[in-house]
Amino acid sequence: MTLAITAPLAASAPQGFLSPTGVEIAFVLVGIATLAAAIVTVTTKQLVHAALWLVVALGGLAVEYLLLTAEFIAWVQVLIYVGSVVVLLLFGLMLTKAPIGRSPDADSGNRWAALTVAAASAAALVWVVVDAFRTQWIDLDGAVQGSTEVTGSILFRHWVLPFEALSVLLLAALVGAIVLSRKNGDSEPAPDGTTQPSTADKEQR
Amino acid sequence: MHLAYPAVLAALLFCVGLYGVLARRNAILVLMSVELMLNAVNLNLVAFDVWLRDTLHAGQALTLFTIAIAAAEIGIGLAIVLMVYRNRGTSDVDKLRDTAEGHGPEAETTEAPAHTTEAAA
Repeated sequence: MTLAITAPLAASAPQGFLSPTGVEIAFVLVGIATLAAAIVTVTTKQLVHAALWLVVALGGLAVEYLLLTAEFIAWVQVLIYVGSVVVLLLFGLMLTKAPIGRSPDADSGNRWAALTVAAASAAALVWVVVDAFRTQWIDLDGAVQGSTEVTGSILFRHWVLPFEALSVLLLAALVGAIVLSRKNGDSEPAPDGTTQPSTADKEQR
Repeated sequence: MHLAYPAVLAALLFCVGLYGVLARRNAILVLMSVELMLNAVNLNLVAFDVWLRDTLHAGQALTLFTIAIAAAEIGIGLAIVLMVYRNRGTSDVDKLRDTAEGHGPEAETTEAPAHTTEAAA
């Protein structure tokens, strides 16, 4: 399978680093909101609020996909992540009897080590990425890159085999979730466990 | 659009997810942080796909596959967490130390009352 990659067209138009377009401003603003929601998700003491802030972060990412002209990915993101994964996480929180309200032991003892690792990797990654792509621009003006028509034809023309393999994987995940959720020992299905992962797998098909 | 914007946002989101995976105690919150990391990777894939104008759109196809695999992973992961909760009475990853090395029997003795109190509560 050959990857035909055309050269980026960005070099043709002169673009300044400090002359942002409207799309860039929108991208940065939504990106700040997304990042703030993600930070609240990993730092809040209230477990249910973490799931709800995750909705904001994932929805913000869907808007970023729209700004990058990948429409189909954006709607898939809204359907699967905001629609099913977060609901599944909320179900999980309730089935494990997560405390409503503040729980002081939401963070473990290695919090500062984790903060150090995350800050160091963030600094390294941001430095490398900015240094590498300082002079590259995305050309968003041409044809839409990720409309449903384009994505559908690409997916079923060139990526059919991985797509079908993925459906087998989803079937295996469904069966595995059901087997894991059953009560041990007898064939009677669990009242709480079985319905919940199977709806998840059905939802994402 | 400058390519650095989506790349930097993806890097920062990945590091936020990394912090969450390392610092959170509840297993479901760890799964949420894993979702954040996967979404950062997805943003990178889409941004570079749009930048390269790939005729096969490998980035977007791989993003769709990643989303599907992440959904399967969250289903299996929650099933595992629920099973651990049913067996142990807790879903805190800090308390699941049965295979930990170096602590020996004294860890067992400190863990045993914790399990009973968790199960009673």
